[in-house]
Amino acid sequence: MSVIVPGPRAAEKIDRLAELAALSEERGGSLWQEAFARLRRNPMAIIGAVIILLFVILAIVGPFLVPYSPTAQTWRDEVSIAREAFPGPRAENLLGVDALGRDFFSRLVIGARQTLLVGVVATLLGFAVGALLGAVAGGAAGLGGRRGAWIDNILMRFTDVLLALPSLLLALSIAAVLGRSLTTLMIAVGVVQIPVFARLLRGSMIAQAHSDYVLAGTALGVRKPKLVLGHIVPNSLGPVIVQATLTLATAIIEAAALSFLGLGNPDPSTPEWGVMLADAQQFLGVRPDWAFYPAAGIIITALGFTLFGEALREALDPKLRK
Amino acid sequence: MALLDVRDLTVVFGRRGQRPVRAVDGVSFSVDSGQVVGLVGESGCGKSVTSLALMGLLPKRAVKVTGSVMFDGMPLLTMDERSMRDLRGRDIAMIFQDPLSSLNPVVSIGTQVTEVLLRHRGLKGEAARKEAANLLDRVGIPDPVRRLKDYPHQLSGGMRQRALIAMAVACRPRLLIADEPTTALDVTIQAQILELLKDLVSGSDTALILITHDLGVVAGICETINVLYAGRVVEATDRRQTFAAPRHPYTVGLLGSIPRLDAVRGEKLTPIRGSVRDVLAWSDGCAFAPRCDRRIDQCLQGPPELVDAATGPPHRFRCVNPVPKDQLDQGAPTLVTEVSP
Repeated sequence: MSVIVPGPRAAEKIDRLAELAALSEERGGSLWQEAFARLRRNPMAIIGAVIILLFVILAIVGPFLVPYSPTAQTWRDEVSIAREAFPGPRAENLLGVDALGRDFFSRLVIGARQTLLVGVVATLLGFAVGALLGAVAGGAAGLGGRRGAWIDNILMRFTDVLLALPSLLLALSIAAVLGRSLTTLMIAVGVVQIPVFARLLRGSMIAQAHSDYVLAGTALGVRKPKLVLGHIVPNSLGPVIVQATLTLATAIIEAAALSFLGLGNPDPSTPEWGVMLADAQQFLGVRPDWAFYPAAGIIITALGFTLFGEALREALDPKLRK
Repeated sequence: MALLDVRDLTVVFGRRGQRPVRAVDGVSFSVDSGQVVGLVGESGCGKSVTSLALMGLLPKRAVKVTGSVMFDGMPLLTMDERSMRDLRGRDIAMIFQDPLSSLNPVVSIGTQVTEVLLRHRGLKGEAARKEAANLLDRVGIPDPVRRLKDYPHQLSGGMRQRALIAMAVACRPRLLIADEPTTALDVTIQAQILELLKDLVSGSDTALILITHDLGVVAGICETINVLYAGRVVEATDRRQTFAAPRHPYTVGLLGSIPRLDAVRGEKLTPIRGSVRDVLAWSDGCAFAPRCDRRIDQCLQGPPELVDAATGPPHRFRCVNPVPKDQLDQGAPTLVTEVSP
């Protein structure tokens, strides 16, 4: 038996066929598979995804990556606040030493953890509660008749109240009332996002409730709860998931802002980007880089989530689909 | 007794600050078990509203439905919502116009078909999947087991309509309402879908109400044809009479506006003058009068009654100056778009 070695032309042809096969596979699949295929071709999505991925990896493996403990005041003796003398970047300390004699680089890397944790948990909280409220309101408004409209009204007025308050002010008052802790921070940032998710899901559900397939489902005798959960909600989730990615960016900024204002982790030695920004404030004239690095971290991660969220929105947009 | 008996069905849409609209105005017809009945008319004549009223699918607010609809002895219009939901899909099912938008885009075909089976026949798991595949097979979808996993956008238009039909016939309903089932499909597929509907209905006691604006569609399968205009039945008779001896000028006009294969080359189609907007209120006279070639003074003096033809097979028409019978051989065209006899 002779082995056929493909020549350069043949190899090219095979590649092309493989490409075609891959393309045709892409065409199949569900809405999400298609969206993923489109996402892969969008450079903005790739950049966003890479930033998010780096951020997540940094947060997870950070403790193994950093050379020193972020809380140990190892270089305390070399620091003098009175003389405004702080060791700058050097072989030992990549980004220098902070005002309390701790390795700045280690603090910066470890700081990613809390920012991510607060951002993700707060977004999940806002998403879960908001989506629940939105699904109830949307289902009631869409299919519930007169009583449904009433339920919808009550829930939406509640979200209106939440929306009416400026988000940072609301988060601030929640954090102030519940006391200073990490959990409080998460709740405060999460609650602010509830009305956004609730309104979004409700609105997109009401739009779906008047669609033909819901009428067709009703004509087949499908029960209302099943129509809402099995048909309307899955069709309405797209924009809500996009909002969740965008909210992650907001949540990270808001968490940092609350920490900056001193409502974050009660232990001030735990590194967090917002806390680091607040600490840097005092020395802004001497060491602007102390503010620059955590600020850059916040901006870049927020940008990553925003880029990815926008790309996801585009990928799921029915108007842009072929 | 007829399976479905519709008497004086009237649907009035109230509009805030405006005069209410009578979309359906005293429509009466009946359907026997196993019978195929056509409701024909142009856009806005009340065909679809009639079907939605029968199914109880009209919105409750600002819509008034009066008259009586008896389905197998049960009054549908006064039935409570819970029993109505049990009835829908099990005893009365409906096929909609646009198969793509009538299927949920993010749920697989299999799930959508099994949903009906679970709801009305209590089938679960493997049994439901098997029955779903059977159903898809019955409506002529090739490779049904694989198709169950597909999503609506992966099927062609004809296949989607077949899938919808599969859901509608899943519980062997006694009445099937098809609202313009072929409008969104191209002509070759139209014929296939009509053939399928005919096959499903013939030999069973399922009755079919076919709603369409296309006389070519009803020609193939309907036994009785009701022509609607401005919310009222203007002519009701069997298929033969409708095509061979139509009496109402509107029906004649509809037939005249269909392209024919046996027409002389270059012959123009004869459209009906004006549009549906040029209607007269029925209370003032015949709503079709403004567009009618045979209009006489009497047409504008009060509403015309639905009268029975004096002789021949059952034939009712609502016209004071009907097309005379003997004129028909030259006047009315013979229809050639018939699907198959």
